[in-house]
Amino acid sequence: MFGLEKKDASLLILVAVLTIFAPFILNPFPDGSALAQFNAGYPDLMQRFVIFGIFAIGFNILFGLTGYLSFGHAAFLGIGSYAAVWMFKLLSMNVIPAIILAVIMSGLFALLIGYISLRRSGIYFSILTLAFAQMMFALAYSVLTPITGGETGLQLALDDPRILSMASSTDGNIPVPSLFGMEMRDSTQLTVGAWKFTFNVGYYFCSVIMLVAFYIAIRIFRSPFGLMLRAVKSNQQRLNYTGLNPRPYTLAAFVISGMYAGLAGALMASMDPLAGAERMFWTASGEVVLMTILGGAGTLIGPVLGAGAIKYMENILSKINGDILHTWFAFLPDGLEDFIVTIIYPFIGKGWHLTLGIIFMLVVIFLPGGLVEGGQRIMQKLRGKSADTDSAKTEPAE
Amino acid sequence: MGILEVKDVNKRFGGLQALGDVNLSVQENTVHAIIGPNGAGKSTLLNCLVGKLIPDTGSVMFDGQSVLGRTPFEINQMGISRVFQTPEIFGDLTVMENMIIPVLARRDGSFKLRAIEDVRDEKDLIQEAEAMLDEVNMLDKRNMHSASMSRGDKRRLEMAMCLVQKPKLLLLDEPTAGMARADTNNTIDLLKTIKARGDITMCIIEHDMHVVFSLADRITVLAQGTPLVEDTPENIKGHPKVKEAYLGEAA
Repeated sequence: MFGLEKKDASLLILVAVLTIFAPFILNPFPDGSALAQFNAGYPDLMQRFVIFGIFAIGFNILFGLTGYLSFGHAAFLGIGSYAAVWMFKLLSMNVIPAIILAVIMSGLFALLIGYISLRRSGIYFSILTLAFAQMMFALAYSVLTPITGGETGLQLALDDPRILSMASSTDGNIPVPSLFGMEMRDSTQLTVGAWKFTFNVGYYFCSVIMLVAFYIAIRIFRSPFGLMLRAVKSNQQRLNYTGLNPRPYTLAAFVISGMYAGLAGALMASMDPLAGAERMFWTASGEVVLMTILGGAGTLIGPVLGAGAIKYMENILSKINGDILHTWFAFLPDGLEDFIVTIIYPFIGKGWHLTLGIIFMLVVIFLPGGLVEGGQRIMQKLRGKSADTDSAKTEPAE
Repeated sequence: MGILEVKDVNKRFGGLQALGDVNLSVQENTVHAIIGPNGAGKSTLLNCLVGKLIPDTGSVMFDGQSVLGRTPFEINQMGISRVFQTPEIFGDLTVMENMIIPVLARRDGSFKLRAIEDVRDEKDLIQEAEAMLDEVNMLDKRNMHSASMSRGDKRRLEMAMCLVQKPKLLLLDEPTAGMARADTNNTIDLLKTIKARGDITMCIIEHDMHVVFSLADRITVLAQGTPLVEDTPENIKGHPKVKEAYLGEAA
């Protein structure tokens, strides 16, 4: 199917099915029940799942295949957002031109930053990309305020030109991003018994784009270009002495992953039309590194899983507070209840980073291949001995 | 004129004269061995041929063109392949993937962005790679993870990766170093087969005299960065200067 090997095609179909039915899958608990706060099936969060999925898929093309660890990819995310918002201001509220300009702009910046940074490898490359991203952040935050909106960020206004559409909607408000009339914020709700499911235009639009992005990533992984990128990671000396120039290959990978980041940035702006400099801050660059490693660098599905896991924790764990903990453990004797709540408390709410850190440590130490490796091990256990030959292949002696 | 012409090459590392006035002429479709005691400058000379080092003075001409100032990948594209002292292969990849990369490099040049095509659709390339693997008796290992193979297999794979590019000149840096006797003999047999086809020039650095004398047409003896003599294997064996500088020391 689509020129893919059977295994890849089934993976793509699996991801497609999961994204289509995500509003159901992520809302397993009835509305209003005690567990409803674990529901992740609301538009805002689902959009973030797929958008950061795109960001991580692109990052993985660079880091997973070539091993070059960029610590400044959030810069391209920010550039994508700014470019998209400018298109909303100047041209129209249609998301298509916004996305196109965002991808082009982030690609151009990636070409420039990559060309310079790729003169070095290893830690020096990472530091160069980090330095570039922080310079971009500083520029966006202060120097380029006329273009970026500085501290307040770039926002839409009623007096924006929007030459291809109306400056304001019929009711006199700022119009919202749309795809040929379909507004991104539109949702339909389906109520089944106590369950409430929300189907959001923006989410499904992002999902379609993510599936396309995922499909392109699979093609790249299986292409001669992808093979060269893996060769760059494996042995640059041999690559050089085999008549291949590693530099343009890594630069192409850098530009492609920068364009993926720009695409993700444009989608963020399309869901919520504003762009701020904090999107380019170095913690945002670090986040995509965590997502990719947590899910499994160099695997196809890993980055998407990692993005989902981190965004879930960020949004769900951080909402649990002390009061909620007390209601959960109310059945325990008073002293014990307080004790348990005291122990768990640092790991929830604002302390969710602590939980993330511990999970990340455990994954890196015990599952170097990320969540994907965890899944593979479980599958092997289930299949029993027949998997022994597989493990010999994936875990070489050296 | 030989296919490889080294003229008056000098290379100095600080106070050490690594190469002093080296002249070397390798004739097309012959096997030329370079021998010499440790520190004689054999590897330095080899590195000057492939663009890893640039000589201070002198010229290195390959096939009528200068190789000086060119990068290793450009020199490879001119038709020089190199086998390293410790096998350099793509350890993270399978044997077959290791083989496809050099075939792609020869067909597409040093860079070509082909990101949408599928490697598995390259039937011609795969066939070519398989034929070469068959020649080195590794076809059964085609799906193996190459890092998990024995050193002898890695060496054979590296040699196959070089040969599948059909280079005009193959440089071998101690191809049997650290190998068991049986592996060494296999390597000699393989190189003899390739030599018998008469369409490749080989330049080989080797310590094992058995390997040198069973393959070489010409031998250059290097000592302290300068060629002592260059002659046929028969004449080298009995040469007093060589005995003094090298064989005598070894015995």
